[in-house]
Amino acid sequence: MVTTANLNNTAQLSLPDPDSIARRTLDNGITVLSRDNFLSPSVVLTGYLRVGGVDDPPVQAGLAGFVADMLDHGTQNRTFDEISEAVESIGASLGVSGGLHIASFGMKCLAEDLDHVLEILADVIRNPVFPEKETEKVRGQLLTGLQERDNNTRSTANLTFLELAYPQGHPYGRSTDGYVETIDAIDREDLAAFHDGYYRPTGAIVAVAGAVDPEQAISKVEEVLGDWQPAGPRPPQEVPEIRFPDGESQLTETRREFREMRDKSQTDIVLGIPGISRKDPNYYSARTANTILGTFGIGGRLGDSVRDEQGMAYYISSRLSAHLGRGPWRVFTGVNPANVARAIDTILAEIHRIQDEAVSEEELDDAKSYMTGSLPLGLETNEGVASTLLDMELFELGLDYVQRYPDLINAITVEQVQQAAQRVFPRDAYALAIAGPPMREA
Amino acid sequence: MENGVRRKNGVRRTVLDNDLTVLTKEVHHAPVASFWVFYRVGSRNEVSGVTGVSHWVEHMLFKGTPQFPKGEIDRQIARNGGFMNGMTWLDFTTYFESLPADRFDLALRLESDRMINSVFDRSEVDAERTVIISERQMRENHPAFLLSEEVQSGAFKVHPYHHHVIGWQCDLETMTRDDLWRHYRTYYTPNNATAIAVGDFETEALLDRVRELFEEVPRGPEVPEVKFEEPLQRGERRVTVRGEGQTAYLQAVFHTPAADHPDFFPLVVLDSVLGGAQSMAFFSGGGTTNRTSRLYKALVKTELASGASSSIYPTVDPYLFSFTATVRAGRTLQEVEDVVWQEVARIQEDSVTDDELTKAIKQAKAQFAYSSESVTNQGYWLGFTSIFADHTWLDNYVDRLAGVTADDVQRVAQTYLAETNRTVGWYVPLD
Repeated sequence: MVTTANLNNTAQLSLPDPDSIARRTLDNGITVLSRDNFLSPSVVLTGYLRVGGVDDPPVQAGLAGFVADMLDHGTQNRTFDEISEAVESIGASLGVSGGLHIASFGMKCLAEDLDHVLEILADVIRNPVFPEKETEKVRGQLLTGLQERDNNTRSTANLTFLELAYPQGHPYGRSTDGYVETIDAIDREDLAAFHDGYYRPTGAIVAVAGAVDPEQAISKVEEVLGDWQPAGPRPPQEVPEIRFPDGESQLTETRREFREMRDKSQTDIVLGIPGISRKDPNYYSARTANTILGTFGIGGRLGDSVRDEQGMAYYISSRLSAHLGRGPWRVFTGVNPANVARAIDTILAEIHRIQDEAVSEEELDDAKSYMTGSLPLGLETNEGVASTLLDMELFELGLDYVQRYPDLINAITVEQVQQAAQRVFPRDAYALAIAGPPMREA
Repeated sequence: MENGVRRKNGVRRTVLDNDLTVLTKEVHHAPVASFWVFYRVGSRNEVSGVTGVSHWVEHMLFKGTPQFPKGEIDRQIARNGGFMNGMTWLDFTTYFESLPADRFDLALRLESDRMINSVFDRSEVDAERTVIISERQMRENHPAFLLSEEVQSGAFKVHPYHHHVIGWQCDLETMTRDDLWRHYRTYYTPNNATAIAVGDFETEALLDRVRELFEEVPRGPEVPEVKFEEPLQRGERRVTVRGEGQTAYLQAVFHTPAADHPDFFPLVVLDSVLGGAQSMAFFSGGGTTNRTSRLYKALVKTELASGASSSIYPTVDPYLFSFTATVRAGRTLQEVEDVVWQEVARIQEDSVTDDELTKAIKQAKAQFAYSSESVTNQGYWLGFTSIFADHTWLDNYVDRLAGVTADDVQRVAQTYLAETNRTVGWYVPLD
């Protein structure tokens, strides 16, 4: 074996821990977390509000996302142009974007501009007015984006997959960006009513990382958001259970669809099933199994087989989207139209292999080393720290999560990996979406 | 720069006996470090028949050496908690590893080894051929790629900037193992490379180790000079791409000077005023929005386009100032194109305002501060600038932008954004 020269001289790794993270829940229910980093004169603030695409009425799919996109387009105190000028003229950024369960907001600026940008961010979240002209401008951008999406093989395959993988009518099977007819059907009163009805401080989380004292950071957030008290509670965020017509909570037969897209060179494939939530007791072993199957190195075992050995694809990987609910587990790849059947067979064979045979101790050890060893690099930037703080709070991981995490991963056994692969990856029933040029049957 | 002199920004330049340039910078904010090797070779060095060879060689350098057999490179980096990648561009090919600081030696061993010992096994070359063709086909699925390939090859008749880095399909089908091997042996020499280390290490110990590992690699012959010079363009060129979809795209490009030309900085300011501030983040992507830029106001605010931007890249040889716009449903390419030319004419006639100049400088300063948060990003910028200038380019970046006057911006707009110097591309959807 080769020797490793000792080149570094930093005594102790300083990761976010209960001593360095400040946390306080404001009177109106917003939880703020903060950790300092004075090595660059900038600050990142990010946050989650508990409102998202699952709150969309089906005939108005995309409503929550449309609202989020509109927030910085004019408030009771500032026009769109004033917001844009204030933010861009100091090289800052600010934005809100809609997700499935949450709306995320974020800003980044030089530390000297923190108060100024924070005040604008709070204004945008609390006091949007959805000006008619801005609404039409953004609607046109959204519709053009949907046109582009429908001409894109990867997003077409993914959207088709979600429709197949979830029971009809389930919000996880819908696009959070909506569809041409639903975006067309939303008017500015709908946007304003949705904001009035659903935007609440309760359960919101804010994380601040950068060149600011953590206690001060919390006080600054309290100054601009602490008195936010909209009238009345929002309707509960009810996500229906995943229940198929046969009464099962998982697919029991394969659902397959091919979307023909002329004039394309490559075919995109998405294969998977509804997965598990972040709080599932099998989460860590499932993530480890997924690392071995589809992410370690260049795409794990799938990458070794489909890309490296058979030269079929430039990209292939699998992803476990465990969130507040049972997000999907999926394999993504793009191959030449002639190789579609062979690629699918190879993917299924690799899934079956990790279910049927225990992984080697060495393979498991590689995966563990990667999952635990990559922590410092993920926490190098303010964005990385802020996003970790948000997840600690959203998934109730505790302020000592970064310290506990290596033990959680290192405790996983080959048996647990195999069990998780059997439980979380599909066997004989799955959703399979293919989008690309016409295929000749082999 | 003198050998071994530490600069005010903490970058130290050292040249080894085999003429490998080494840039080092200690950063101790986190126990991580990033190592990069930049080779002065890219699509600029390719001729017809072997287009795409630089990028393919980059892929082959992940296929192993006797010391790090196939699969071991990815495995070693991943199991040590790092990430790595390779990238090929017009003027360079680069490789990097970012690792926890106590594992950093691995990056040095890997890069010194594959500079000379990469195996170009014939069966691996064949397997990678279809991977690369797959990468090309993935891009072909995007109308904007098809358009930009057509526009770029329309703008350059002679210079190798003519073709995209990925290369033409026919060359990817016919290139041989020996073509790849020859390219590797010609350009992967210490005298044609710069190694960069940024992060949590002690410089003397690191340099000792770099010497120990890299001085084993012998100096190579001088690399072939690129002698192509693009002839003066004497009139507008227009290209059209027709394809599926419902969305139309506009791209227009103008020949502009290389990074070392005094007009480059006024062009950067022009780009910032027209299209918005460029992010300097190599990884975390989009920085600020461009909603106060002239193109946004003229095209997006007026509901002609759903997005519009401009760009200029620092390059070794003269390259392009570029405009792109996505036409909104219900509007036409001609409407969008007319407005772009109106905006160009406004600057040619009246220049830019002092407020716009001030904003461009402040935005550049902020992007500069953000970009220094990660050692990986710092390593990238030190290497990238060493390709077209030297690593001190960044030290003076903000100051040189601040020295640009409204007259300079007006003059470069008149000089370069001229009708005779432009190539205009339309993507016309069939639906």
